[in-house]
Amino acid sequence: MKDIADLLRHHPFAEGLDEDTLALVAGCAKNVVLQPGDYLHREGAAADSFYLLRHGAVALETFVPGRGAFTFLTVKSGEILGADWLIPPYRSSFDARAVELTRAIVFDGKCLRGKCEADPRVGYEMMKRFIPPLVKRLQSARMQALGMYDAANA
Amino acid sequence: MPQTLEACAPQHQPMIPRMTPVTRFIRESEDVFTFNLAPERATSFAPGQFNMLYAFGVGEIPISISGDAQNPELLTHTIRAVGPVSAALGKLKIGDRVGLRGPFGAGWPVEEAKGFDVLLIAGGIGLAPLRPVIYWLLRHRAAYGRVGVLYGARAPDDLIFRGELEEWRRTPDFQLRVAVERAGPEWPGDVGYVTPSLSKLRFDPADTVAMICGPEVMIRASALALEDAGIADSRIFISMERNMKCAIGHCGHCQFGPLFICKDGPVHSYDRVRKLLACREL
Amino acid sequence: MTQIDGAMAIITVDGLETLLQAIQARGYRAIGPSLQDQAIVYDDVESTNDLPRGWTDEQDGGRYRLTRRGDDALFGYSVGPHSWKKYLHAPKLRLWTAARDGDDVSIAPEVEPDDRLAFIGVRACEIRAIEIQDRTLVGDLYVDPHYQALRERALIIAVNCGQAGGACFCASMQAGPRVKRGFDIALTELLDGGEHVFLVEVGSDEGRALMALIPHRAASDEEIEAAEAVIERTASSMGREMRSDDLNELLMNNLEHPRWDEVATRCLTCANCTLVCPTCFCTSVEDLSDLAGAHAERWRRWDSCFTMDFSYIHGGSVRASAKSRYRQWMTHKLATWIDQFGASGCVGCGRCITWCPVGIDITEEVRAIRGHDAAAEEPR
Repeated sequence: MKDIADLLRHHPFAEGLDEDTLALVAGCAKNVVLQPGDYLHREGAAADSFYLLRHGAVALETFVPGRGAFTFLTVKSGEILGADWLIPPYRSSFDARAVELTRAIVFDGKCLRGKCEADPRVGYEMMKRFIPPLVKRLQSARMQALGMYDAANA
Repeated sequence: MPQTLEACAPQHQPMIPRMTPVTRFIRESEDVFTFNLAPERATSFAPGQFNMLYAFGVGEIPISISGDAQNPELLTHTIRAVGPVSAALGKLKIGDRVGLRGPFGAGWPVEEAKGFDVLLIAGGIGLAPLRPVIYWLLRHRAAYGRVGVLYGARAPDDLIFRGELEEWRRTPDFQLRVAVERAGPEWPGDVGYVTPSLSKLRFDPADTVAMICGPEVMIRASALALEDAGIADSRIFISMERNMKCAIGHCGHCQFGPLFICKDGPVHSYDRVRKLLACREL
Repeated sequence: MTQIDGAMAIITVDGLETLLQAIQARGYRAIGPSLQDQAIVYDDVESTNDLPRGWTDEQDGGRYRLTRRGDDALFGYSVGPHSWKKYLHAPKLRLWTAARDGDDVSIAPEVEPDDRLAFIGVRACEIRAIEIQDRTLVGDLYVDPHYQALRERALIIAVNCGQAGGACFCASMQAGPRVKRGFDIALTELLDGGEHVFLVEVGSDEGRALMALIPHRAASDEEIEAAEAVIERTASSMGREMRSDDLNELLMNNLEHPRWDEVATRCLTCANCTLVCPTCFCTSVEDLSDLAGAHAERWRRWDSCFTMDFSYIHGGSVRASAKSRYRQWMTHKLATWIDQFGASGCVGCGRCITWCPVGIDITEEVRAIRGHDAAAEEPR
């Protein structure tokens, strides 16, 4: 039975993280297994956690009455999920649903924020690893929103 | 539940349409058009109410009244052509007759909002059911605090009421921000999603009444954004749509949990419906 | 019980025949139970000979069989697939016709009906169901003129049930089996004592006026006790039961309960339950016109929340899945109806259980959601 620090150490997110910081933030984390169809976050509900996906895939979606669920992003293994833990009131804007059996490391947002506040160096190490994937995701979202595949834009 | 006035009083023979002539027809954008009807007996309506409009031999649909409540004799409606009935209505010419039943429904809380700052958030065609509120606020300006309108659309070509948007932009003591989701270089305004423009408006969240109209997904996101800005959910109002056949609470089609959209709504306070909105396929 | 001439009254089967004739002589169209296509349905009846004498029914989930009784009871069965809404809330109704002549369009509303209907053999659950439809169709913001016209003129000849059906749970819904109000005349059939008679209760001036024309005698104490015993026996032998004091909260707090997914694997969304339910009132409208476009009509017809079209907006149905449609029906019937109209929409008649082709049992679904399945303990 691997311990959580061990699992974290092997996740791409933790690359280059020193052992002390890793052990410190691992104190806010635990391992979680999600079945296909399980929700990690529901729109409008409390979402004070941050996930590192180890295996599996999660769909970020919003439900449109009369049309069904629209998935706008699939988060895959090795990637991060959850940014609402940084923004009060720590509430999810979308539904996040496991599409296959998913194993993840989940951090308690309050705990992690506390550790970042207490030691800004820890905070910066977290942000260095958190911001770039979010920026890349934003860039992709912009391209998606432009709808360049539409016939009119071809 | 939002108050409205005698406009809501039950009518005699509410299932019989009155054939009413079209007196004005303008095209707002590629698939959106506005027309006026001249009823024989002008019935007053409250902002947020709707009529059932019947295209002879084709069918009947609910359409919010998009005109000035002070001038009920110009019964204005703005429609997007999405199905056979709206397409048939889109082919109307001045003098043609349209079957009219209504007005129905509970409207926007224009009375309750007196003395408060007022925020309106409109998405796409959602500006149409809110336009009567804008007219009302401008007419009774002194009765309200600060007024702010956010209007989001897909692209500049999809904007409606363009002439009035210009007028409102130039109106003193009236905040208007329009954002489109994508645009070419000729568009001088904001590009982006509509809710972030909230931070550009001046209002006191503790003393604000907000009204949202647009696609349901946008309503959900906007309501959360307004709450994050500090507005109580009992002061956020939304307008909803569901399938309607009778508009008088008898056919059962428009039910949303315990609410009949045709008579308990279409306007509801967010605190009343937030749990229902979160339930898929309710 | 209301007395006539200072005593409880008894009439014979001949007396009932006289009553039926008197009702028709007053211009009523008498409608009552009739055996057709191996079921007891509602149709025109002209005499007691038209009633299903000596028949009873066996009902259970997805099961309805008629069998012969050992006696000649005229009302010895429970409710069948029809309910009185077939007459009061027209399955198909034209609302208006329109004619176009150039630019001129004129609309002619349908004239309200002036039929005088007499319902023979109305059970307590059915009276409750009619009251429930009254609340929606004439007691709310708008009035349905067609329903109102027929309802105001309807004569109700009620019957206290002599047996509880296999799917019945009116006692759980406080809708029966005793007929308490809403009738012109109420009868309790007695045939155990050798004689075949009816104990009569009068509930209105018209009922009193009719009884004045019917030969009757005072009831003995034994007969009054016998009638009470019939009702007691029926009340204590219900085929189903359902705890109903907490359903609004229970169901509305469990909209994501896994049971909804489970029932959806069985439900065919065939809409049988809504067709046979005596309180379901949903309708749709259809606009028709001729090819020349000179003549149009609007019709209203029964509809069901189980159809895919029912909740259609903007290119899709809000309730696309069978799960959402079953959930809509059950939560409306048992929970949100209370928010809308102040009382439950269910009268415990059991029709939805009997006529469901796969035997889905609303009482069992409630039990499952409440979190225990006491089916093993239920007396059946």
